[in-house]
Amino acid sequence: MRKHEIRFGMGNEAIAEGAIAAGARFYAGYPITPSSEIADISSVRLPQVGGIFVQMEDEIGSMSAIIGASAAGVKSYTATSGPGISLMQENIGVAVITEIPCVIINVQRSGPSTGLATKPGQQDVMQARWGAHGDHAIIALSPSSVQECYDLTIRAFNLAEKYRTPVCILSDEIVGHMREQFELHGAKEIIGRKQPDPSMPVEAFRPYDFERYEDHIAPLPPFGGRYVYRHTASGHDENGYVTNDKQNANKFIRHYTEKIEKHRDDIVTVEAHCMEDAEYAIISFGCSVRSAMAAMRMARARGKKVGVLKLITLWPFADKEVRAVLDRVKGAIVAEMNLGQVFSEVSRHNDRRIPLVSVGKVDAEIIYPEEILDALEEAARA
Amino acid sequence: MNVIEINENRCKGCGLCVGFCPKDVLEMRLPRAPQVIREDLCIGCKQCELKCPDFAITVEVKSHA
Amino acid sequence: MRWDEYLKKERLPSFWCAGCGYGQVMRSLAMALEKTRAALENTVIVSGIGCWGHVDSWMKPNAFHGIHGRALAFATGIKLASPALNVIVVMGDGDGVTIGGNHFIHACRRNVGLTAVVCNNLNYGMTGGQYSGTTPEDSITSTSRYGHIEQSFDICRLAEAAGAHFIARSISENVVATADCIAEGMKRENFAVIEVMSPCTTHYGRNNNMRKPIEMYRRIKSLAVPVGTAAKLSSEQMEGKFVTGILLDRPGEDYFTRYQNNIKVKAQTAAKEEGT
Repeated sequence: MRKHEIRFGMGNEAIAEGAIAAGARFYAGYPITPSSEIADISSVRLPQVGGIFVQMEDEIGSMSAIIGASAAGVKSYTATSGPGISLMQENIGVAVITEIPCVIINVQRSGPSTGLATKPGQQDVMQARWGAHGDHAIIALSPSSVQECYDLTIRAFNLAEKYRTPVCILSDEIVGHMREQFELHGAKEIIGRKQPDPSMPVEAFRPYDFERYEDHIAPLPPFGGRYVYRHTASGHDENGYVTNDKQNANKFIRHYTEKIEKHRDDIVTVEAHCMEDAEYAIISFGCSVRSAMAAMRMARARGKKVGVLKLITLWPFADKEVRAVLDRVKGAIVAEMNLGQVFSEVSRHNDRRIPLVSVGKVDAEIIYPEEILDALEEAARA
Repeated sequence: MNVIEINENRCKGCGLCVGFCPKDVLEMRLPRAPQVIREDLCIGCKQCELKCPDFAITVEVKSHA
Repeated sequence: MRWDEYLKKERLPSFWCAGCGYGQVMRSLAMALEKTRAALENTVIVSGIGCWGHVDSWMKPNAFHGIHGRALAFATGIKLASPALNVIVVMGDGDGVTIGGNHFIHACRRNVGLTAVVCNNLNYGMTGGQYSGTTPEDSITSTSRYGHIEQSFDICRLAEAAGAHFIARSISENVVATADCIAEGMKRENFAVIEVMSPCTTHYGRNNNMRKPIEMYRRIKSLAVPVGTAAKLSSEQMEGKFVTGILLDRPGEDYFTRYQNNIKVKAQTAAKEEGT
């Protein structure tokens, strides 16, 4: 319907359009700055394409509702920011343990608590990974442009369906409210939910029987079809019955992490800019990538061999890719609007002990390229 | 006479059937299960069956003929 | 299907305590499924956490066993995404109107066509008998050993004030009446609340001088006044008692119907006019 349209719009708009292009037809959310435009636009666009929009009483209810809608077979999403994402954590765990696909968009603002409600931040990186209690893994993608908001939202739905998992989009106030030209190209690839083999007898279907499948992802039919089954957010067996059996617990709790780790090569994407001859690397993500790119260009203009490693997938972390960079550069900068959440992950791969400098900014203003240039000089001096 | 059957695998011994029986047909006996002591008094009201929370008691009502 | 065919008999007995009323309500729920000829594939029981929240374990329809307090919100998503499903939400007083109180009042107001079966046993049974939002004043519970000093919610009046269209109350031992209330609720397109007063004989009963299960059943029965009788009694005569039966059944359009007739039509007209 809106294929190949070129539009000038904001990141939040691109996310809403990306969700619809990916086939999402259910949104439940609660208004919060700076994510509200995703709700506003979804409330207009979803009914146009036969979808449902509902504004819930809080973020807990919103997250519950999208999980319920997805269990009924409809691709579902919600959008929020700091305080709201905190309220959603318990239910993100529900999506993990019930293995119900959904997409959660966090347009990050400066925290903690209500924080600086209208100002940008990238302080929720670790929360995205570890916010829900209990061992699990999560997928988080971080857009740094309006086009990426569109593209990564489509990708988020695809990954959610492919791996039966919640997927987080970690956007931020800058990318969310920034306006750029973007192309609504429809979705190049839409991944649907795996369904049980029709030859399988209806009674033989078990909703959590992942071991039966090579990719360790069990098919998931919608409620209301031929299969009668249970979803359970408590520790469960293959049939969805609550059990405290220790072998069963060991198998399933490991599964929630391993099913993501096993497919990390399919999930992890980074973008290298001018890294071929780079002596120094700037590692960054989201809005801060824009400052990193500017800093790189300024440094190159001064004859310094600087490259950028842009982390598009934040979780699972790009361990291999970061290690490969740290193995060959003289020094690296990690630029992010927090006090070193990605820096700490990067540090784990600094076996050569090269100078590693954190540009961790929390004054609720975007990182200036000059601040990165200063850090590059610091790294060069070290 | 009506036939009262108690499924001891399901019965938890709460005594509700005894308490709800209007005719003292049942009685709690050690260790825990209710026992039918006066089947002849049963009027077939099925209160014990309906109110048993564990689906452990059934009453087959026979006609008086 | 006969009512008992909705039960997973091979999994019985339940883990509920001896004398707990929830087994009676489970029978009523199964009877309501028979009365409404509910198909297993087309029915989803949505539960939270708590003693009553485990009822789905012993019943055959689809189930979504979620987390504490959020059953109505999960159910809202399920029903709006798949409106042809019978969605039955089972909650206790803690789950439904204490931790989940906000979802409860908004579900009443939003009017998504769910059937909420709220079993009220006046305390948190599973965690050991602590007070909930419906524990009567002066009661002894595990966290009110000196007597409870908070006021309690009347679930049906709360639902009415919040805008529910169908409200009924029963007591667990009246299994046929409860089944009728649930079945009537299921037949409505509107959000339906059925409160069932059910004894927690292990905690609330024993903490409050009702040592045998039957004593608490007798107490509940003594406080229940059918709606017809209640109309003839003065407020003094009704003091401390509660009304049973169908308390409210008013017409109205459910959320999905309004969404279809209103929002979707307007949105699709607007999209056509835009030529997109």
